[in-house]
Amino acid sequence: MLVDIKNLRIAFETRTSRFEAVRGVSMQLGTEKLGIVGESGSGKSLTARALMKLLPNNAKIEADTLSFDGIDILGASERGMRQIRGKRAGFILQDPKYSLNPVKTVGSQIAESWRTHKKGSRKEAAEAAIELLDQVMIRNPRKVAAAYPNEISGGMGQRVMIAMMLAPDPELLIADEPTSALDATVQAEILRLIDDLVSRRGMGLILISHDLPLVSHFCDRVAVMYSGRVVEELKASELVKAQHPYTKGLLNCMPSLMHPKERLPVLNRDAAWLNP
Amino acid sequence: MIKVDQLRISFGTHEVVRGVSFDVPRGGSFGIVGESGSGKSTVLRAMAGLNEDWSGRIAFDGNSAPLKRPPVFFRQVQMVFQDPFGSLHPRQTVDRILSELLLVHTLPDIEKRIKQALSDVALPQTVRFRYPHQLSGGQRQRVAIARALIAEPQILLLDEPTSALDVSVQAEILNLLADLRQARNLTYVLVSHNLAVIAHLCPQLGVMLNGEMVEQLSTDDLRAGRTKHAHTADLRTLSINLEEPA
Repeated sequence: MLVDIKNLRIAFETRTSRFEAVRGVSMQLGTEKLGIVGESGSGKSLTARALMKLLPNNAKIEADTLSFDGIDILGASERGMRQIRGKRAGFILQDPKYSLNPVKTVGSQIAESWRTHKKGSRKEAAEAAIELLDQVMIRNPRKVAAAYPNEISGGMGQRVMIAMMLAPDPELLIADEPTSALDATVQAEILRLIDDLVSRRGMGLILISHDLPLVSHFCDRVAVMYSGRVVEELKASELVKAQHPYTKGLLNCMPSLMHPKERLPVLNRDAAWLNP
Repeated sequence: MIKVDQLRISFGTHEVVRGVSFDVPRGGSFGIVGESGSGKSTVLRAMAGLNEDWSGRIAFDGNSAPLKRPPVFFRQVQMVFQDPFGSLHPRQTVDRILSELLLVHTLPDIEKRIKQALSDVALPQTVRFRYPHQLSGGQRQRVAIARALIAEPQILLLDEPTSALDVSVQAEILNLLADLRQARNLTYVLVSHNLAVIAHLCPQLGVMLNGEMVEQLSTDDLRAGRTKHAHTADLRTLSINLEEPA
């Protein structure tokens, strides 16, 4: 089991109050593709970040089990975590505009990530960067490697981020809303690329998104989160048979090209969803 | 109501909009769809008077809009931006944000209008003295819509109004926009990369590619697959493939 999470709780404490953002989440992942879907504030990103121990200092994490490939994350030292972050588990962030270093060429950023984990010469790293850019389907990798992040489009920036994450050959890829900053056509291309690379390299994938139908195309399983809990977990192919009213609501509230609706159904949030 | 004729916009030597023309009748709603970089937002910004470097003709209600817009223009035309995080002043309360427009146009009954504007977009009166960072994304977008509507414009230019929002909140905002249009006989121009959103709100749409509007068609024709340009057909296929759960 690559990832094993049991009863994960994340709370934020201030002097006067305590807010529990993740309330007992359990999920397991092998070399498969898991989608985590939910609205903003449902705790999906926190769950993924807890796995990398990338939470702000005021967050309190508790869990019965929180392990990555048998390594206990809660007990791991910062030094130990550095061996996992990037090297064994890559993290693709939402917006390439803010996640790339604006004053370094994209090639040098990929090379840096390769060199940190693989230990090679600068020359080898630069070659590896170009090879990686080629793998993420960039047409002119040499030219793009020499470009700065502001000179490339959003879709290309996201490819660069993916190339950077793939450099150390991780076993797990966590993609936190990798396409929400991109438009529909590029979105599909990037997700297809991630899907293809993950299958080809035999990695595990955690894909975080708020677009349920979209995720279902690229994942084996989907976990639906609401207010810090997983309310439903099901096979992506069985999404139409979803039982939970929240899952159904998320599916129904999308505007559709082929099935026009006079009014979009709005989620009527039931207090009972909070404490099943 | 809106007439755009042979609109051309260049940034330096690079022409990003190359002769775009379309008409929108009063109370109508026109969608512009295209990939990023196709020039769709640039068209909208020129219409709103945010870019004074264009040639061609943009006319509202039969009057050609000058390059430099007089204040009275903004009583007629208002715009809602994509990112509700970036388009509201972070250090002004909602009250200040909404009253700014009324002060600029010296409109009376500020108190009453602000209350009305908040209730029009289904926000509780309690948000009036809050700052944008104290509101959720959906609430912020409602404030942005309230600000656009408070001077009672006839035309609303919408630049990706829901793409920064969750799907559940998107549904609420789209319903709100549909209701407001009907209640006030507003004319919309909506720009989005999401074909389903455009089809939901606009009976007529134009497809942009590389600065040109390659096709204009009705949503019914789009649904039925009566497309003429290959790019429209591509966008349609993609949208259909992705909207159905696997």
